[in-house]
Amino acid sequence: MVMQSTAAGLPQGNGREVGKRRFATVFEPWLYLSPALVLLLLVLVVPLIFGISYSFRKFSAFKSEFVGLGQYEALLHDANLGQALMNTLWWTVASLVLQFFLGLGLALLLDRDFYGKKIVQAIVFLPWAVPSFLSGLTWAWLFNPIVGPLPHWLVALGLKSEPTNILADPATAMWGPIIANVWFGVPFFAITLLAALKSIPGELHEAAAIDGASPWQRFMKVTLPFLAPTIAITVMLRTIWIATFADLIYVMTEGGPAGSTNTVATYIYVSAFKTLDKGYASAVAVLLLALLILYAIVLIRIRKSLVRYS
Amino acid sequence: MIAGRSRKAKILGGIGLYGAVAAYVIFALFPLFWTLKISVTPQSLLYSEGITLWPSSATWENYTTVLRATDFPRYFVNSVIVSVITAVLVTIIASAAGYAMSRFSFRGKTTVAVTLLLTQTFPLVMVIPPIYRIMGQLGLTNSLTGLIIIYTAFNIAFATFLMQSFFDGIPKDLEEAAMIDGCNRSQALRRVIIPLTLPGMGATLGFVFTAAWSELLFALMLISSDSQKTFAVGLLTFIGKFAVDWGQMMAASVLALIPACIFFAFLQRYLVTGLTAGAVKG
Repeated sequence: MVMQSTAAGLPQGNGREVGKRRFATVFEPWLYLSPALVLLLLVLVVPLIFGISYSFRKFSAFKSEFVGLGQYEALLHDANLGQALMNTLWWTVASLVLQFFLGLGLALLLDRDFYGKKIVQAIVFLPWAVPSFLSGLTWAWLFNPIVGPLPHWLVALGLKSEPTNILADPATAMWGPIIANVWFGVPFFAITLLAALKSIPGELHEAAAIDGASPWQRFMKVTLPFLAPTIAITVMLRTIWIATFADLIYVMTEGGPAGSTNTVATYIYVSAFKTLDKGYASAVAVLLLALLILYAIVLIRIRKSLVRYS
Repeated sequence: MIAGRSRKAKILGGIGLYGAVAAYVIFALFPLFWTLKISVTPQSLLYSEGITLWPSSATWENYTTVLRATDFPRYFVNSVIVSVITAVLVTIIASAAGYAMSRFSFRGKTTVAVTLLLTQTFPLVMVIPPIYRIMGQLGLTNSLTGLIIIYTAFNIAFATFLMQSFFDGIPKDLEEAAMIDGCNRSQALRRVIIPLTLPGMGATLGFVFTAAWSELLFALMLISSDSQKTFAVGLLTFIGKFAVDWGQMMAASVLALIPACIFFAFLQRYLVTGLTAGAVKG
């Protein structure tokens, strides 16, 4: 029997009842799944298809016309988009690296025993619960020299000559959203890596310690191999998520000053929101999706080749 | 000699451990503390004591102004309506879907799981241009209903994985025993499974509420009339209009933080399940 549910093993009835029951076991799961699937289809899949079709059209106030690859050609000559791509790369890599290492450090700390651990854990995970628009606003305020202490601290440390807002300077503005993103995202890595750390059998560490392995050797030979699968999947998912995360940047700088914090995600949002031509924004979105799929394929290939040779 | 050195190393290690813990705690709390601090700083002291750790006199005035003289109470209510209805709808739909994924094996199950996973990793900025246009054509801009539909769909995949993991945690023997004792499947579901899944449903409710409460971009794009604004949109447009009243903005922010913190306190112990179900599965 292919369609087997856990209800199997009930007392058998006559033929017709069995047929009825089989009908029920085939359709029952689909009945439960249908509201979820219908909603996803209508609100995600259908708009996605519309979006792809929009990217071949040009929209103006009352009409739209088919322009073939015209929008994609326009992408090639868009200097703002080139800058946005570079900004996306910098924003994603810097946020990811800092979030990952700080998150790993926090997970290793929380894996040890110390006084007040429960309350510490609740506090350090709290930024994860803070709505992203509030994280963005809070950090924007901290960087503001009127109400925030950070510019004054930077002066005191000798990193700046005057307490000005780093968000207002194109050379440093991206650091604002990156720091806010790190604050917001460290708990994610800490929680997932902590869950993975807890699954490492304690005997392994003990055995390695008895064999005379130093803490660093134990980390490299026992802990890291155990964490590797979790690290691979979380890093991949977080890359996609950070690359397309527009809230913080939009709240803190709206992509400015002078486009210095404009990423592809904020560019899509601002062009969809503020211009009539949804076709161009859709073409940028398709480009972003293509790049992310490419990234995922490359990462999966790398993982496969590593598995083959190890 | 060796014992002495190792004791020294232990003390140093302890200092290092607590130092690192303290650094993380300060990093996590400081921005929130600062918002709270500015929100109780009187306007007159803002420029002279803007960067001291605590103002020489504190006031609730910013809070009373926000609650009495601005539209924030209405935004707050709108956000509560959207978030609660979204959370309830998602929890019901995702419980049904999660039950199907946990308790049945059927043709196409893997496809469903992969599809759900794909929508989970799907970048939502992709659908910003089409949704903006489609919602306009359907007349669902400036309506809380439009937001509820969108948020419900966005949270379904994650919530289904979460609910599936809770159903998976309930031994199948329990409902089989109930069915042998004469319950049919729906009775077993009502009397055995649902009561045991209630904490899981509570967690799902909380996660979705927080997600809906936090959403900004779609709300900002779709809502422009003042009567329908959610808290996030209200706060951002407030800043655009009156960029100077720091105290009131931060008081409003602290108010927006309260529901998130309440849910966080309640959800803390589900965080590991939630994040592993939603983001790491696969």
